[in-house]
Amino acid sequence: MNQPYFTYEAEGQTLIVHLPEELDHHNCSGLKYETDLILSENYIRRIVFDFSKTRFMDSSGIGILLNRYKQMALSGGSIAIYGAGPQALRILKIGGILKLMKLYDSKEAAVTG
Amino acid sequence: MSEQNKPEILKMELEALSKNEEFARVAVAVFMARLNPTLEEVDDVKTAVSEAVTNTVIHGYQGNGGIIYLEVGIDGQEIAVTVRDTGIGIPDIKLAMEPMYTTDPDGERSGMGFSFMEAFMDQVEVKSAPGEGTVVTMKKKING
Repeated sequence: MNQPYFTYEAEGQTLIVHLPEELDHHNCSGLKYETDLILSENYIRRIVFDFSKTRFMDSSGIGILLNRYKQMALSGGSIAIYGAGPQALRILKIGGILKLMKLYDSKEAAVTG
Repeated sequence: MSEQNKPEILKMELEALSKNEEFARVAVAVFMARLNPTLEEVDDVKTAVSEAVTNTVIHGYQGNGGIIYLEVGIDGQEIAVTVRDTGIGIPDIKLAMEPMYTTDPDGERSGMGFSFMEAFMDQVEVKSAPGEGTVVTMKKKING
């Protein structure tokens, strides 16, 4: 209980967001507040989303990705994804996310770009 | 009629709380296991249920809580899921079902809920009356 849904890691000007097992409306509720806070206090040029623990995702996940994309696009930054399993991958495809964000095989590759 | 192909039904009443979104989709997934679905078919139904239940929590009851009536029927190899609420209802169903349309004020919603239900189920029917509530019925043939 009370385990954080998202954990954050910074590597230089890159923010890595480790996503929860279930990426739904319930679990997404804190992300906007938390990332807004991090982005306002740090100089972040790239956000990397780690899907390696995520087993389920619905359109709530698409919503948070699209909004972070808009945020980064405004400041000239970029977004990358790694670790997506079969279910998340289908949702990312149908949700049009793979046209906007690049998918990588590993964390290292996603951070480097 | 043998026990194997007799129609079966599951009825649940859940409080419209966001933490019940996961419970609802997992309960439906467990119930449909008797149809020997593929993992992909289970994911399809789970996603559609999650979308419908989330709509009820956020839009139908506006985050103020209420009761979600979830009904799952299995007839032969077909699964039918009905998600009903007695919330505010949808004034314009056609508009609400348009991809990317959302009434969410904080902009964190994608507006793809109904599109996902339609993408993952064979049939989606929405009935709604403002002030009375909404009923979403979704059907899918499970080939296994």
